Amino acid sequence: MLNIALPKGRLGEKVYAMFARAGFDCPGILEDSRKLVFENPEKQVRYFWVKPSDSAIYVERGAADIGVAGKDILLEYRPDVYELSDLETGKCRMAVAAPKGWRDDGIRTLRVATKFAFIAREYYASQGRDIDVIHLNGSIEIAPILGLSDVIVDIVETGTTLRENDLEVISTITEISARLICNKASFRFKQQEIMRVAEGLKRTKEG
Amino acid sequence: MPMRFDMNVLDETELIAYALRELYMQAGYRRYRMSKFEEYDLYSRNKSFLGTDEIVTFTDTNGKLMALKPDVTLSIIRNTPDGEGAARLCYNENVYRAAKGGPFKEIMQTGVECIGGVDASCVSEVVALAARSLSILGPRWALAVSDVDLLGAFARRAGLEDESDLVFALAAQKNLHEIRALCRRKAVAADREEALIGLLSLSCPVLKAPERIGSLCVMCGVKEDIRVLKAVMDRLEAEDLSQNVQLDFSCAGDMRYYNGIIFKGYIEGVSQSVLSGGQYDSLMRRMGKKGGAAGFAVYLDRLERLEKAGGDRC
Repeated sequence: MLNIALPKGRLGEKVYAMFARAGFDCPGILEDSRKLVFENPEKQVRYFWVKPSDSAIYVERGAADIGVAGKDILLEYRPDVYELSDLETGKCRMAVAAPKGWRDDGIRTLRVATKFAFIAREYYASQGRDIDVIHLNGSIEIAPILGLSDVIVDIVETGTTLRENDLEVISTITEISARLICNKASFRFKQQEIMRVAEGLKRTKEG
Repeated sequence: MPMRFDMNVLDETELIAYALRELYMQAGYRRYRMSKFEEYDLYSRNKSFLGTDEIVTFTDTNGKLMALKPDVTLSIIRNTPDGEGAARLCYNENVYRAAKGGPFKEIMQTGVECIGGVDASCVSEVVALAARSLSILGPRWALAVSDVDLLGAFARRAGLEDESDLVFALAAQKNLHEIRALCRRKAVAADREEALIGLLSLSCPVLKAPERIGSLCVMCGVKEDIRVLKAVMDRLEAEDLSQNVQLDFSCAGDMRYYNGIIFKGYIEGVSQSVLSGGQYDSLMRRMGKKGGAAGFAVYLDRLERLEKAGGDRC
């Protein structure tokens, strides 16, 4: 039985549809219920719905053999897992945004509000820029409006929230999408089953 | 009067530790006992080898900064004099480290080191001993073996020498899609990209491995010597251990210390590797020692939650 961690929400539903098209469906998984674990003994798969930011932890710790996680989570938390493929869905980008017309004077320590402290530090270290990270858990866009930070580092999908708050993207750090990840020990003992799923998803993506 | 006791008083980890010690001593490895405290300087110069910045330190009565056993390998290298042939040592020690900013932990580690005049036969012996150790830990085990020099040669032939850290990091994640994207950005020739991807996707029986690698080397124009890798594969085959061994170039280590053969061991039921080792001639050179070295450590703390698995302990 292959244990698969899927991120709850819209991305998870999209990704499950890919698994189902690849031949690893599980009846009842999309029904409106509070159940979190679904199993299809015939297809030898068991799905768990987990918080998107936790998916990589379930896989790294071996509670799930494989799973789907955003590249943002993989870059931020650097779990010790295999990244078997880019599912090319849930596409967005990790970007730096600031109030419209804002310019960095390059002199003062830059105040950066973000949920992604590691990504922000790595990015600005590569630019040789000192920063003060202000770690927030949500509504990041409000930080520069209230003068809490100069810029934000956050995920940008369509840019609507930024526009509505008079912010604009000033640089893109990296492109983000959903990735198929795998526990390193599970790969040793369930390699054929895991590769069958990975190949199925690849065909679905190409089709 | 000989001391007798009931073996049932030993817990699973203790039983494994004694079974491993017996295996290593029967193979001709001498026990190494480490001092509890050693000079901090030795470890501070090689922190990235330890994979942690966090070491328990204190100032001794003479004003010297000392460290509480963070690692055994560094201690063995420093304390083993240069000499003819290879020194074969085994150990079973508690080490003290903190990982990823977490609290300090006491980690029980056991392992072997073969130091000095190390040749292909010594490396093969160490890898075979690693495989035998895994068979003691549990009934279903797997040993992944890689040759980082060969992977480095493929990356160089692809013109990615300046990106080798990135290639190794992506290889360790089996992240072939980003290696392909890197090859496209760097305009790598198609045949060399395919050879690099072919090496990283390699999955074949040990007996077939040298032949498959040979054809990839021809495809990429790599003239790397694979005699050590071949000797390792032959030894595993001869000792009837090869069915649980996978050639896997995603096994990687820090290139400042490791070279050549690298390996990681897994047992079913444990979500992380339980054994890790390889050749570390570069670390020997960094520490001013002559010759080469190969060894491995078994992380007994990772077996804590394993049910009595019935590995080959008797």
